[in-house]
Amino acid sequence: MKVKSPLEIYKLLPQTNCGECGFDTCMSFAAHILDRSAKIEDCKPLVEQAKKSKKVAEKLKKLKEMTAPEIDEVIIGKDLKIGGEEVLHRHELTFFNPTALFFDVSDIMDEKTIDERCSRVVEYKKFYVGRYLTLDGIAVRSVSNNPDKFAEVVKKVSGYGKPIVLISLNPDCIKKALDFVTNPLIYAANEENWKEMLKIAKKNKVPVVVRSKDLDMLKSLAATFKKYEVPVVLDPVTEPAGRGLQKTFERVIQIRRTAILGQDKDINCPIMVTPISAWAMKADEIAKIYWETVIASLFIVKYADIMILHSLEPHTIMPIVTLRANIYTDPRTPVQVEPGLRAINNPDRNSPVLITTNFALTYYTVESDLQSSGASGWLLVLDTGGLGVEVSVAGGQFTPEKVKQLMEETKVAEKVDHRYLVIPGLAARLQGALEDEIGWKVLVGPTDSGRLKAWLEENWPPKKEIKN
Amino acid sequence: MSKLTFEDILKLLSKYNIEELEGVEIEGDIEIEIEGLPNLQAIGMELGMAAYHLARAAMMLGFPFQQLLQPQKPIEVKQKEEELELIKKKFEPYKVEWSGYVEEVQLGATKKDGGTRDYVIKLGGEKSLPFYIFDSEQPNLPAISIDVFDRPVPLPKVVRMHYEDVMENPEDWAKKVVKEFNADAVTIHLISTDPLLDDTPVNEAVKVVEDVLQAVKCPIIVGGSGNKEKDPILLEKVAEVAEGERVLLASATLDMDWERIGRAAKEHNHVVLAWTQMDINSQRTLNRYLLKKVGLPRDSLVMDPTTAALGYGLDYAFSNMERARIAALKGDEDLAFPVSSGTTNAWGAREAWMKESPLEGDSSWGMREHRGPLWEIVTGLTLALAAVDIFMMMHPVSVAVLKELIQTLGGKKEEVECEDWIAVV
Ligand code: SF4
Repeated sequence: MKVKSPLEIYKLLPQTNCGECGFDTCMSFAAHILDRSAKIEDCKPLVEQAKKSKKVAEKLKKLKEMTAPEIDEVIIGKDLKIGGEEVLHRHELTFFNPTALFFDVSDIMDEKTIDERCSRVVEYKKFYVGRYLTLDGIAVRSVSNNPDKFAEVVKKVSGYGKPIVLISLNPDCIKKALDFVTNPLIYAANEENWKEMLKIAKKNKVPVVVRSKDLDMLKSLAATFKKYEVPVVLDPVTEPAGRGLQKTFERVIQIRRTAILGQDKDINCPIMVTPISAWAMKADEIAKIYWETVIASLFIVKYADIMILHSLEPHTIMPIVTLRANIYTDPRTPVQVEPGLRAINNPDRNSPVLITTNFALTYYTVESDLQSSGASGWLLVLDTGGLGVEVSVAGGQFTPEKVKQLMEETKVAEKVDHRYLVIPGLAARLQGALEDEIGWKVLVGPTDSGRLKAWLEENWPPKKEIKN
Repeated sequence: MSKLTFEDILKLLSKYNIEELEGVEIEGDIEIEIEGLPNLQAIGMELGMAAYHLARAAMMLGFPFQQLLQPQKPIEVKQKEEELELIKKKFEPYKVEWSGYVEEVQLGATKKDGGTRDYVIKLGGEKSLPFYIFDSEQPNLPAISIDVFDRPVPLPKVVRMHYEDVMENPEDWAKKVVKEFNADAVTIHLISTDPLLDDTPVNEAVKVVEDVLQAVKCPIIVGGSGNKEKDPILLEKVAEVAEGERVLLASATLDMDWERIGRAAKEHNHVVLAWTQMDINSQRTLNRYLLKKVGLPRDSLVMDPTTAALGYGLDYAFSNMERARIAALKGDEDLAFPVSSGTTNAWGAREAWMKESPLEGDSSWGMREHRGPLWEIVTGLTLALAAVDIFMMMHPVSVAVLKELIQTLGGKKEEVECEDWIAVV
């Protein structure tokens, strides 16, 4: 956004500190606008007054302009947002709307294949740091170039309820398909068909991808569509290999850099990249699968806001969705959970006591492993300032003294009849010192909590020690 | 004469499918008197004009106006559509120039400069972000070294299968990674020196280094066991026996005797790998100590700001490296060194090696034969885009794919003919 200081925003706010926006003061609200954790519309008094007074309406309009993101935000389907980015490097603020991942079906695939592919898109989920990673939408490709056939498949696919991209350079195909789907993204307008596509977009009020390798042409198309208030996505054409891929990389970076640093308001649009291009290479299937994943990863890191992919193999999807989660994690918020004691699967007085750190990734991994193993237990969560086990043991945030303190605070001793603590394998070296400090027997668990189930089956309850 | 309603016109239009050709939107069921002129203001200019022309044409030709509406000649109507014009624009790429640059560091030495290697590897020298060859030429593309250990190590099945035959013999292992897997360099990890493993004495351990230097003629990297007390002693000895070979000594950290490693490198013409735990300030500090307190030449330092695996802190590793590189390009001399990545760490992620998800809610994780290498590739390529100049990796497929990408983005590849994907079956 244009503004750099909350003061610039504050000047245009009502300055009554009424608190309706959820913040104590207008100044605090302004600060949250600046880091994009609040929206101008949240200031209800301003919105209300704007309806009555022309002067306030002006202010509101100005505020909206001033605080609009550097890259346009485009909505596909009901509420899938793409674009809306502010910076070139995530550490400068954060990236906002994760790259939307669309998977293709074509109008010459048989029905069974289409259903299977759509179901995979709808059903895919991978647990990661306390939530599930999922896929965004389906791209329907017209290969037949037959409007009726295309429309029929689009109708079928729209039944799956996911956002849709319509892919055909033939305006007749797009026009026909539009009867069966709400607010899809249209792919694509190019140098040849743009007039027809523009008419369709104006009439149906749908976002459009403009496509050209020639960035002068791409910019001209974008400017033209923007003039008619059509939301625009840019496709600088993904060439999958060789010099072409290097040139694609260059085009994508030049576009985003010129939009943000060069303040070029014609091309400040979300960017589309099509890793599916890898499937047009002359290569075997395994090579295509690897290369598609490579292209996808490359442009998740560098500026793609939306992608069309083909492979629905879980081993290619998983690295891609995980990378997207990483790159789009907000670096401003520490990824920590509350320290304390958690009861997993209704533990009782004989259940094991385990310990992990409050690094969100570590915590959720252990917690979900325990949950799904079916075993019950008491899980102590140590405040290591958001560091994982290995690093915090090495760095002195995971110490016997802190463990003792946590055990006292949570009164875990009152909850169980035994005196055994299971520590992560990566904290093995603390075993002796810990036993001295807390006076419990310390058992070293597996290094990966994915093996907790097997470990507990073998080691819990602990075998009675032989006393002489 | 009868009345013609807009509904009728609409029907006719849609029958001839010319609604699109006109760019005119017709809505509502306004009635038009054919004999009189319609009230233009009331129905809007555009709509009105179309209706007017239709009506006029109808008056001239008499009803019906079938002929007039033939798709190939809706001339009268077409003239009045809003002419869509392409707004011609020129794209002017925003120019970025940096004042700083990354130091160029040479690994290995040929006979000419006092070593016995067949070739050397140059790292660094960048004047722009990685692969931004449109900003400035990238003098050296990232290199890939493959890990070799001085004793058998537990490895994920998918990796182990490639090394089963050489695990007992570091020389053969080194030969294999160079000959069969195309490694640019070899990293020999002397992990057997770990007091908790074999506690191999230093003098014995360094023999492996001599053997490997005989077995392969590429530049080599030598790693310790990570033991804070023993590594400085070990690496000092390595520096002695590999005199003049410009070995990368891995690694010096802040909590060990970095001075000892630094001095040994300086004395025997080697390079030091300065390793910190994902903290840009510690990295600055360690680099400065090695340069200022030890007097290590600037062309003899590589840094390892720590590699975390995809899904396990890769976001931190990425941003940490990217920040360091941008700082270097902006002129921060304390950070202007080539970056090394222990990409093999990717295999620590359970997603890389486990057969299936331990969680019931997950979709299938797919084939680990591919998932594992992809995990290593994606970890590596992400960091390549941040700063990495040399990768230490393990899976041969990962090495091959990452190499291909490096060559591609580095502009070393030819044009490849390819169809447009849109209509690919
Ligand atoms: S709602 Fe508006 S006027 Fe009230 S405190 Fe928030 S910003 Fe200020």
